[in-house]
Amino acid sequence: MTLLYTEVEEELRASVRDLLADRCGPDAVLARIESAAPYDMELWKTLSRDIGVAGLLVPEALGGAGATAREVAVVLEELGRAVAPVPFLTSAVLATKALLEIGEEDLIQELASGEATAALVVPLAASPYRSLPEGVTVGADGTLSGQVRAVAGADVADVLLVPVGPGALYQVEAGDARIEVVPSLDLTRPVATVTFDGAPGEVLGHFERGKVLAFGAGLLASEQLGVAQWCLDTTLAYIRERHQFARPIGSFQSIKHRMADLWLDVVRARAAARNAADLLAEPGGDSPELAVAVAKAWCSEVALHVAEESVQLHGGIGMTWEHPVHLYLKRAKAGQIALGSPGAHRDAVAELADLPAPA
Amino acid sequence: MTAEEVESLAREFLAAHDPGGDRLEFLRARFDAGLAWVHFPAGLGGLGVHRELQQVVERVLAGTPQLDTGVQGIGLGMAAPTILAFGTEEQKKRFLRPLWTGEEIWCQLFSEPGAGSDLATLATRAVRDGDEWVVDGQKVWTSGAHHSRWAILVARTDAEVPKHRGLTYFVCDMHAPGVDVRPLRQITGEAEFNEVFLTGVRLGDDLRLGEVGDGWRVAQMTLMNERVAIGGAPVRRGGGMAGVVAETWRSRPELRTHDLHRRLLRLWVEAEVTRLAGARLREQLAAGQPGPEGSGMKLSFASLNQALSGLDVELRGEEGLEYDDWSFRRSDSVDFFGRGAGYRYLRAKGNSIEGGTSEILRNIVAERVLGLPSEPRVDKDVPWKDLPR
Repeated sequence: MTLLYTEVEEELRASVRDLLADRCGPDAVLARIESAAPYDMELWKTLSRDIGVAGLLVPEALGGAGATAREVAVVLEELGRAVAPVPFLTSAVLATKALLEIGEEDLIQELASGEATAALVVPLAASPYRSLPEGVTVGADGTLSGQVRAVAGADVADVLLVPVGPGALYQVEAGDARIEVVPSLDLTRPVATVTFDGAPGEVLGHFERGKVLAFGAGLLASEQLGVAQWCLDTTLAYIRERHQFARPIGSFQSIKHRMADLWLDVVRARAAARNAADLLAEPGGDSPELAVAVAKAWCSEVALHVAEESVQLHGGIGMTWEHPVHLYLKRAKAGQIALGSPGAHRDAVAELADLPAPA
Repeated sequence: MTAEEVESLAREFLAAHDPGGDRLEFLRARFDAGLAWVHFPAGLGGLGVHRELQQVVERVLAGTPQLDTGVQGIGLGMAAPTILAFGTEEQKKRFLRPLWTGEEIWCQLFSEPGAGSDLATLATRAVRDGDEWVVDGQKVWTSGAHHSRWAILVARTDAEVPKHRGLTYFVCDMHAPGVDVRPLRQITGEAEFNEVFLTGVRLGDDLRLGEVGDGWRVAQMTLMNERVAIGGAPVRRGGGMAGVVAETWRSRPELRTHDLHRRLLRLWVEAEVTRLAGARLREQLAAGQPGPEGSGMKLSFASLNQALSGLDVELRGEEGLEYDDWSFRRSDSVDFFGRGAGYRYLRAKGNSIEGGTSEILRNIVAERVLGLPSEPRVDKDVPWKDLPR
């Protein structure tokens, strides 16, 4: 166990970062968000086929890389740093983890190779600690009906994985559902309303939904770390250059002290995110549940706080559409809600660390 | 030397020395065996191996006589690394062994009434007289001066040059004539600190540490170590001040409210991520990648201790209105987690002041870690004697 990055992880990071620098700069992302294709599926193909990120969690026997949550976390840091509009979290983490839990062996190979993309049909805001309202039900004829709101990655999925009842997971072809992208707070990870109206589905097996969502939440912390790191770096660069009162604004203590505090928050976010990734990578590790709850609670708030401060410290330019910082603010705000709010995770900490609520 | 070799050395030492015998004899022998601080050179209590291997020794020697870190803190955490880095061979031989065993206690004569955050502006003078220096001035916030044998001292030896360049670093003999230690009562009621008046104190030139005029650079070594010593100690999960408050919370269900619960959970999470950042920092050091994170640990430690100890008092309600003991007395050691909740709350107020205020530490992070420009300075190139005071 280590909280540092291994050489292999740093190599993986470097190849993802190089590709994103080339293909997913702020201008490219800004141009894409208002186009008909907010997700960059060409970039996703390159990421999954050339670098192999789609199959990181999949065993080598099934065509994957046989890697762990640690490597996935490093990829998420880089994707967060670029607010890259690709369905990695939704397909290669959440959907793939659900299939792994079930022991599915066919579809997962298609996902690993990047031939197909899947989405788990739950609201992105679903908490690992609560059962979901009955969104989708199975009719007497075996078809699925119902509606789920705020699903991320569904509009670019070939296959939908639909939780039904207490633990069943159904597979539905995306063409058999109605998927309507709605105007979304997070422009780089838009959400859709997914409606099933007598859609044919095949039951894949049973799984523990909370466990899959917690796995995703623990890793989302690393994406949030990447978001925070970009905001910190970009703000630092700006306040070193921006002059007012004949000096760089970064020389004023009122700003320096805020930056020092933000940096310290990010230092601690890195430790928390690494700890969660490390414990999720080792089954049977020391309380991964607590590590996940701590990481998601902390990194959610840090990413949001650093993004908010970044907007403020950029002054007027920070409020414009042309400067990319708003993309990070929106990702950070949506990320705060995603997969359990900080409060939901702190409630879990209460349970796991024996700090019970008042009677 | 590998971890296995260090472990077998420690085991051989334990087999040859009775930990139940004389405490001091045991500690002296441990120092001589190189098992005091393994990263120090051989002959000076160490083995010249990586700092991280100390854990191996501590595991083997758990349950044997231990140091009193509350009393020896300044010697171990600040004086020793400075003496090792800047001392002569004679100074290292003379001072390090009794410092480590605790036979000689150390204190720190740095801050003055007119020089706190701006330490380099200090006014205590050391004037050369043959082979000796004559020291006059007043120091303050000197923890443990009343039972110290030695002190690390920074004094001004040249008033004609800008403030950072006219300082020299000494070891001060606390038993020398002219050293007057007076207790300084703190907001906790006790006197952990002192004022130290130095009047015509004569120190041999062999007590000078580093070159004349190089005292600021030597002092930086001490201050850097001080920050690590205050914020850098390993904590177990749910330990430290968070553990103290959690214990109150668990054992007193009648005190719980929703608002306190919400705040407790936030602070517990912050304490946990701070602990993890400390663990990550130590891993980086062990892997030979010293990171800038160290400068921040004391900041987090201070704000967390203050918030958690404040919550503890509030949580206790009626009991929080009482205080264990206001009597003016000397404390023998520094213990942030001891005594009553009210004491811990008041003592924690010092955490963001001692060893560099949180404001100064934020400047250090902003300038040295984040590379932000400094504020315009009016005092840098002016001879010390011409500075407004």
